[in-house]
Amino acid sequence: MQVLSSRNVRLLSRGRNEVFAGRSGAQRPGGDPRTRSLTCPPLLSATRRGLPKEKMSENGIMSRAKVLTIDTMNPTVKKVEYAVRGPIVQRAVELERELSEGMKKPFAEVIKANIGDAHAMGQQPITFFRQVLALCSYPELLSDSTFPEDAKSRACRILQSCGGNSMGSYSASQGIDSVRQDVARYIERRDGGVACDPDNIYLTTGASDGIVTMLKLLVCGEGTTRTGVMIPIPQYPLYSAALAELGAVQINYFLNEEKCWSLDITELQRAVNEARQYCNPRALCIINPGNPTGQVQSRQCIEDVIRFAAKERLFLMADEVYQDNVYAEGCQFHSFKKVLFEMGPEYAETVELASFHSTSKCYMGECGFRGGYMEIINMDDEVKDQLTKLLSVRLCPPVPGQALMDLVVNPPQPGEPSYGSFIKERTATLSALAEKAKLTEQVLNTVQGISCNPVQGAMYSFPRITIPEKAVKEATETGQQPDMFYCMKMLEETGICLVPGSGFGQKDGTYHFRMTILPPTDKLKILLNKVKEFHQRFTQQYS
Amino acid sequence: VPLWGITLQLQRCARDITNMSQQAVNGVSHRGRVLTLDSMNPNVKRVEYAVRGPIVQRAVQIEKELKEGAKKPFTEVIKANIGDAHAMGQKPITFFRQVLALCSYPALLEDSKFPEDAKQRARRILEACGGHSIGAYSASQGIECIRQDVARYIEKRDGGIPSNPDNIYLSTGASDAIVTILKLLVCGEGRDRTGVMISIPQYPLYSAALADLGAVQINYYLDEDNCWSLNITELRRALSAAREHCNPRVLCIINPGNPTGQVQSRQCIEDVIRFAKEEHLFLMADEVYQDNVYAEGCQFHSFKKVLFEMGPEYSNTVEMASFHSTSKCYMGECGFRGGYMEVINLDPEVKAQLIKLVSVRLCPPVPGQALLDLVVNPPQPDEPSYATFMKERTAVLSALAEKARLTEQIFNTVPGITCNPVQGAMYTFPRITLPQKAIDKAKELGLVPDMFYCMRLLDEEGICLVPGSGFGQREGTYHFRMTILPPTEKLKVVLQKIREFQLRFTQEFS
Repeated sequence: MQVLSSRNVRLLSRGRNEVFAGRSGAQRPGGDPRTRSLTCPPLLSATRRGLPKEKMSENGIMSRAKVLTIDTMNPTVKKVEYAVRGPIVQRAVELERELSEGMKKPFAEVIKANIGDAHAMGQQPITFFRQVLALCSYPELLSDSTFPEDAKSRACRILQSCGGNSMGSYSASQGIDSVRQDVARYIERRDGGVACDPDNIYLTTGASDGIVTMLKLLVCGEGTTRTGVMIPIPQYPLYSAALAELGAVQINYFLNEEKCWSLDITELQRAVNEARQYCNPRALCIINPGNPTGQVQSRQCIEDVIRFAAKERLFLMADEVYQDNVYAEGCQFHSFKKVLFEMGPEYAETVELASFHSTSKCYMGECGFRGGYMEIINMDDEVKDQLTKLLSVRLCPPVPGQALMDLVVNPPQPGEPSYGSFIKERTATLSALAEKAKLTEQVLNTVQGISCNPVQGAMYSFPRITIPEKAVKEATETGQQPDMFYCMKMLEETGICLVPGSGFGQKDGTYHFRMTILPPTDKLKILLNKVKEFHQRFTQQYS
Repeated sequence: VPLWGITLQLQRCARDITNMSQQAVNGVSHRGRVLTLDSMNPNVKRVEYAVRGPIVQRAVQIEKELKEGAKKPFTEVIKANIGDAHAMGQKPITFFRQVLALCSYPALLEDSKFPEDAKQRARRILEACGGHSIGAYSASQGIECIRQDVARYIEKRDGGIPSNPDNIYLSTGASDAIVTILKLLVCGEGRDRTGVMISIPQYPLYSAALADLGAVQINYYLDEDNCWSLNITELRRALSAAREHCNPRVLCIINPGNPTGQVQSRQCIEDVIRFAKEEHLFLMADEVYQDNVYAEGCQFHSFKKVLFEMGPEYSNTVEMASFHSTSKCYMGECGFRGGYMEVINLDPEVKAQLIKLVSVRLCPPVPGQALLDLVVNPPQPDEPSYATFMKERTAVLSALAEKARLTEQIFNTVPGITCNPVQGAMYTFPRITLPQKAIDKAKELGLVPDMFYCMRLLDEEGICLVPGSGFGQREGTYHFRMTILPPTEKLKVVLQKIREFQLRFTQEFS
């Protein structure tokens, strides 16, 4: 374990802090080193009582040390990493600024394919949704004859469940009652009639909020009893970031790239067995359809996972935000809830499950509204009370996001005036995505040194790239991950912003990047071609 | 035992039965669930948030019972527990909602019913959004042009003191930003654990966040006898007592005060800043009620402005974060969860960490960001919506000022209630005298005396207040918090009902 970061060594060599030096040798006893690095922050950052003042009187001149510095801040926050908006995106923003200031670059625009941000990529909002939101924002429009009746009736219903009939009032912390009821009915329809209780629905600020809240409830214990949470590798880095911040132990299970990123129970068993040596594994996170890996889990696999969770006594967290994004033939989305209930009361009445959904993905792609919900199954009543209390501190999820969630779960029905155009818009988006999923796989697989699994679902491709030994060496010399080096070079040369695989986790010695398939087809073609050319150039340069 | 006491007991019973039957079914074990009260995050258990606590849950239940036709001594529940202006009937500012409608459904930009200035604002906001849609993620720190508008607004407010848009972070309501800054500040173990000074009475977001983060809460008491003013001697006392058991690093100030409604004088702010510098504390200034100042002779002074007027010795060193929101003031748009913070003298490395931390949650809700933009950049005198905007804004603020006076006046006529002037914010926090017999009765029921008082008030009059114990108060004193937001006529009824209840309650227990 790295006890002293280079920065801390620098500070010590300046003799800036003796207390620090004395502390740096002190480590907590016992435990697997992996545990220690994850659960016990090194004591380097312990605060130095009264020190800054003394220092100031000593050297008089220099600006006084700040209260809050990198050495005296929350050590768990320092461990947080979030590659999807990491250094490469900051560089992309900088490049955009340079371009707008007229600087010459080998490209005319930066294409941010780092994130699943549909509208930013030109996808148009669903007309019906936005009509209702406009009506809710400015109810005067309810008397405007240009708005369809079904939009008006939805808006009236939402406004009637808001305090003072205004979206500007706080809602219940769990979310607006009528919206939770609509969510419950939506889940029942989706799951072929399996019952859903609105009391188990919690509206959230995007799915991220729900996921972090559930993890927060689960984390406890110290040392070898510290809560461990199993996450797939590659993963969506919200999970690793939240676990770092909560000081929980991250337990990696690897998806099988050779078998289209499928999940293997043997691998889950290996991971949990090893983890039991140094922590208390209590939760298992599944992302289906997969982010960044795009696989869609089979029904059989979900059953196996549920059986495994029951046997190993794990709380299941099912991240199902891409549930409408399934493209590959023969693939189908199965919700964990549905499979759980089809497995009979032995499972349906015992396995604890939270499943997450959002307004940000699927065909609507309304990321900016931060709408979402979670459904919890078999949660202890007392814990439920604690959950409600915890949510109440943040008052409520944004009400426009709640309204949007309501429309997603209760869209225009056959017979309503907006049904035709709604279905047309929805289908256009989803079939374009299916086409782009195929296209991406096809084109990338023609490039030597890139191999790409089918994008069965979600919004990303996560191809494996071969990086020549020379490039790996140069990257290592400059202190960069080889795939970060690769992606940075691609950004500088082509203006394409991708996220290196190291930000999601990957098997040692393999390299990947994540690219969203969201750009409009024509643009996507150009983008894929540029990636292809870059890869060939890069390979040539370093071989 | 009162009705709600029975209800609580019944709920517990039902739960026990469920648990028992579950045990019987599984037979095997009460290994029970993975996640139970005993195996959950202990910090979360310590979190308390009275503003939406048991009394509000009871209020919701009563509402449901009323709807189902249950007979009560009242026909509606009045929720005076929270500063939720629109729920109390306040109307949104027309201009703000026009722009939000335009942003939601840009086809309306062709509609001649909308004024040009609303369209122009909407276009500007949309142009700053990815793909010209408020459905795109924004930068995690917030949309750039909105941060620029916020910075200009702060400059104007503070008489020209510069504000750098890079120091502005948009947030999901002010709560989000407050928790984020506290999160950055918490570290150390045992005696080295970060201590955070908060006022008592406080807004319970602070105690809740500190419990959640496992930080040490350091109480400093506001002086009720001097209109809830802040006293440097008391700060000093609290700090030196705390140094025995933790590492005090942060001082939180709420100005205008919540729940106490005081407005800090310029002198007092200067003293606080001097104290923070001397004692090496990070300042957090919760200024979400900055437009809510009613009392004559009172004026809002931002910590930022005072800090900079104290000269470079202070303005170059004292670290500070100040918070604002779209939820209060004249707009009261709580549901949109808009807000911002400005950070001053924050270490650049810490700033990088802050940006990383906020990026994990992707971005604050974009409609809330848009709304904040309108709050900091409202219609100008030469624009078509200016007159209506000013009319609406002034109407809200002067009604609030009237209600603040009215509340103080009426309460102070009630024997057993004493009430400081509501100089600002949206609440009154009067002190109530509870007869010893009532205190004994409360203890018998396992309730804090002012919770007992408020529960009775809710059951008998349908008025939902928050007991002072949820905010903290000096031992042996009792209070409640009530918002002054109900429309004037309704407020009068509320005040009258509380008056009658107080008289009845005192008689019953004496």
